[in-house]
Amino acid sequence: MKLKENLENYVFVLPAVTIFFVFYIIPFIWVFQLGLFEWDGISFTKVFVGLQNFKEIFLQDKNWWQSVRNAGYITLIALTLQNILAFMLAWACDRQIRMKNFYRMIFFIPPVLSEVVVGMVWRFIINDIEGANVINRALVQLGFSNLAHNWLSDLKTALTTVAVVHCWKGFGWGFLIFLAGLQTIPRELYEAARIDGANSWQAFKKITVPLMVPVIVLVAILTVLGTMQVFALITSLVGGEFAGHTSVPVLRIFYSMLRSSRFGYACAQGVTFGMMLIIISFIQYRFSKKDQPR
Amino acid sequence: MFKPFYYKSKKIILNSLIHIFLISVAITCIYPLLWMVVASLKTQDTIFKDISLIPHQFHLENYLLAWKAGGFGGHFLNSVIYTVAVVFAIVIISSLAAYAFSRLRFKGSKLLFMMFMAAMMIPIPGSFVALYMLLNKLHLRDTPIGYILCMVNVGLSVSIFLFKTFFDKMPQELEDAARIDGCSKFGIWWHVALPLAKPVLAVVVVFNALNVWNEYILALIIFDSRRYMPLQVALQAFQGEFVTNYPLLMAGLTITALPIIVVYLLMQKYIVKGVASQEVFG
Repeated sequence: MKLKENLENYVFVLPAVTIFFVFYIIPFIWVFQLGLFEWDGISFTKVFVGLQNFKEIFLQDKNWWQSVRNAGYITLIALTLQNILAFMLAWACDRQIRMKNFYRMIFFIPPVLSEVVVGMVWRFIINDIEGANVINRALVQLGFSNLAHNWLSDLKTALTTVAVVHCWKGFGWGFLIFLAGLQTIPRELYEAARIDGANSWQAFKKITVPLMVPVIVLVAILTVLGTMQVFALITSLVGGEFAGHTSVPVLRIFYSMLRSSRFGYACAQGVTFGMMLIIISFIQYRFSKKDQPR
Repeated sequence: MFKPFYYKSKKIILNSLIHIFLISVAITCIYPLLWMVVASLKTQDTIFKDISLIPHQFHLENYLLAWKAGGFGGHFLNSVIYTVAVVFAIVIISSLAAYAFSRLRFKGSKLLFMMFMAAMMIPIPGSFVALYMLLNKLHLRDTPIGYILCMVNVGLSVSIFLFKTFFDKMPQELEDAARIDGCSKFGIWWHVALPLAKPVLAVVVVFNALNVWNEYILALIIFDSRRYMPLQVALQAFQGEFVTNYPLLMAGLTITALPIIVVYLLMQKYIVKGVASQEVFG
């Protein structure tokens, strides 16, 4: 009786555990394992090369590190521009204001769209085919005609354009999380501060920001994890790595696998990149714990 | 006399500034989508000449062309099938597991649950390389079932987490009553726990549906055959072939984006709730 009951309990978790084991654990182990091999994905023999792949990544692969730098650049813009915008919008909506729900509805439309759709629509808007680019038109009208150019095919502006489109797609996430966080701050705190003679800037600095630190850290971690792994936006917006100027790590891994047919190397890159992401999130997390007022 | 007036006008000015700020951001959000829809109604000749947001003629035939000649009809159906299948499987599998983790006692339950949670936190950017090999070995690459199974795994951890958080707070008395009435464990899960979990169920459904509908990289490496491709991958292939036919591409993009926007507008409440509950992840 006891045994049967126990077995019955396992039936509940069996489907989940099976899928998890086959499609998460096994690939997880394989990624680490294959990182030590040289393999083209087809032949029967894999050549064990030890840490050679990692050595190549760290010492020789300039393209890889450029892609990491590129992703870092996009992430930096997302962390500052996107999150400051998101915070300001959330702060503006966290009050008795008309059309609050309308704004919230609109701001979250870009995040529900796929990266492919966003990339292709923006590519169409930005690409200056027969002078249809609205941004360029506006620049010409305002008298900055020398600034108007093809943003995505200029080496200097391509990556920044990608970053800005990424921010357009992503700020709604931060906005919603910030707004949810702001709404948990008790109104009485602001009341008390006002009675004590604090102006709104002081209240913002002394009440809002300290109480929002955990939320800000959460958004920062999610932003870093999401932005560093950007992929589909690049392929749909730029169409490729643009001679390395818009390459990102996931794109490099993808190319190592399907263009150069170096499966082992692709896995080694994946492991390296995964470790980097974990370390960055961990540092951010620790940073927040240290900063918190006791 | 003067002071209240001063404060009132200051407040009005501040509020108007805030509204101007919010509206300008809202316009920036909407404009590209409006542009997409409008462009899908133009012809190749007028699309770049006539840049007004209101087209002079509505070329709805672009949609018919995209649906049939562009093959978007088939890809749309694929996307719908994948989304429905994955979401259905995730709801059943994850709620079963979450119920067990929350209410049933068995050896290793803590450890298994920790594993699912760890998977949620640990990113493996190279996992698609291994999944590609795995599916090859199982002869499931370039098959819908292979893709569906991979996507079920993607949504599993978060869904288990959401369901378990809910089940943990569910009152025990209801279950006891059902048990006394002779309900089996599966009966309790199906007749008591799952119906009570409707709010979480909605969050799980909406988030996974968005995720599957918008997924790109796994579909890209798994499918070689055109006929299995979901919309996101088909769009890229389409752009490669009909590179200059912008109205048709815009029609395809609208076909891809519209369902998700409609679902979002209908299920907004649950999305807001889901995003807010992400705070627990920290």
